[in-house]
Order: sequence, then C-alpha cells, then structure tokens
Amino acid sequence: MYLNEKYMKVKVKYFAGLRERFGRDEEVLELAEGTDVGGLWQRLITGHTLPDGIMSTVNMEYVQDDVILHEGDEVAFFPPVTGG
Amino acid sequence: MKIRITESPFDPLAEVRDYQDEMRQQGKYGASAIFIGSMRDENEGEAILSMELEHYPGMTEQHLEKIAQEAGRRWPLLGTLIVHRTGTVNIADPIVLVAVWSAHRAAAFESCRYIMEDLKSSAPFWKKETTEGGQRWVEKNTPGYTD
Repeated sequence: MYLNEKYMKVKVKYFAGLRERFGRDEEVLELAEGTDVGGLWQRLITGHTLPDGIMSTVNMEYVQDDVILHEGDEVAFFPPVTGG
Repeated sequence: MKIRITESPFDPLAEVRDYQDEMRQQGKYGASAIFIGSMRDENEGEAILSMELEHYPGMTEQHLEKIAQEAGRRWPLLGTLIVHRTGTVNIADPIVLVAVWSAHRAAAFESCRYIMEDLKSSAPFWKKETTEGGQRWVEKNTPGYTD
C-alpha cells in the first residue's frame, strides 16, 4: 500500500458453498481505486484468477471479471445457481 | 406481473386462481400455461430427505422481474406470475411456479418455458440436499433443452 493511492470500500457477499468455504456471508473490504472484480478475487485467494465455475455480480447484475469497482459497490461471488 | 419469494409452503393452484382474479383480464386471455416444479425424493441415485434453499435477497426479486419483463417484450402477455420457495423444503413440496396468460397458446407455452429456463440458469438460488449420509450442495441444474 502506498500513501498516495486512493482507497474505496466495497461490500462483498458470498453464497452457498462459497459462504461455507470462506466462513462468512459478507464483509466490507478496502481496495485500491481501479480494482476490478478479478483483482478483488485475487485479494481473497492470493494468486488465483476467478475460476469459470464462480459467478460474480456487482450491484446485483452479472458481470465479467474485468469490471472496475467503485466506492459503495456490492459485489457477490457464488457457485452455479440451482434453483427451480 | 407478480413475483413472490416465500419461506412457507405454498399452494400453486390457489396462487394461480388468486392472481388470475386480480389480473382482471377475463375474456382477454385465451391461453394460460402453468409450470410447477416440486421436490423429488431422489437425486443422482440417492434418497433425499429434505432440502435447504438459499437465495440472494434483493437480487432474486430484481432478477426474476427482469426475466418476466424480457418475456413480456418477446411475447404478448396479459399476466405473469412467478412464485419460488426458499428455506427448508420437504418431499413433494412445490418449489417453483411459473404461470403466464396470453391470447393464444404459442405465446403462453413459449414464454412459460423461456421464463423457467432462464430462472434455472441464472436466478440466484442454491439447493443443499439432506441425505442419509449428510448434506451436500447440488452442483448444477440439468439442462432443460436436451437436443
């Protein structure tokens, strides 16, 4: 972390098996401005890119991992959905 | 359009009748298609005792509304009703209801199928089954279109 970098807070939610794996259902994280969804995932699991099997949303809309995050965003990660 | 997520068991046919009365489109619709998904007692060769249905509150409702709106753009619908269970689900309990009303059957059949398939592949619900041996997450839904 460098003093001249700007930070933002985002809320991150986890569901189903991922919630159990992380042992928490949500948290607020401070990230460097310009961090994208894939970068957030790498912060959670160091050195790993977002796997194909994990779905991600920002503010309740499905996104790809290159979507840039903003202050106050709500991000969610979860396994394939199995409703219906 | 009505979207309802419920933790309590529901009666799909009562939901259909009540919504149809509220719609006030009597004489306009000539075709209604109703899909009901219920809980089976077996999955992948193992007996299932019960199931927990988790969802993403807020996104679930918003996403189902989006699917219903898209169906309304593609077909001339007079009414759309989606009800989905969450929480502890027991064998034979209805899990999902999709009902649509239109003037003619093609729009009713096709839009009902469209909503159901989109719900299966993208609405944020997750099932955890309880078997004799313990609990397990359902990994993915079976494809709806097989050819």
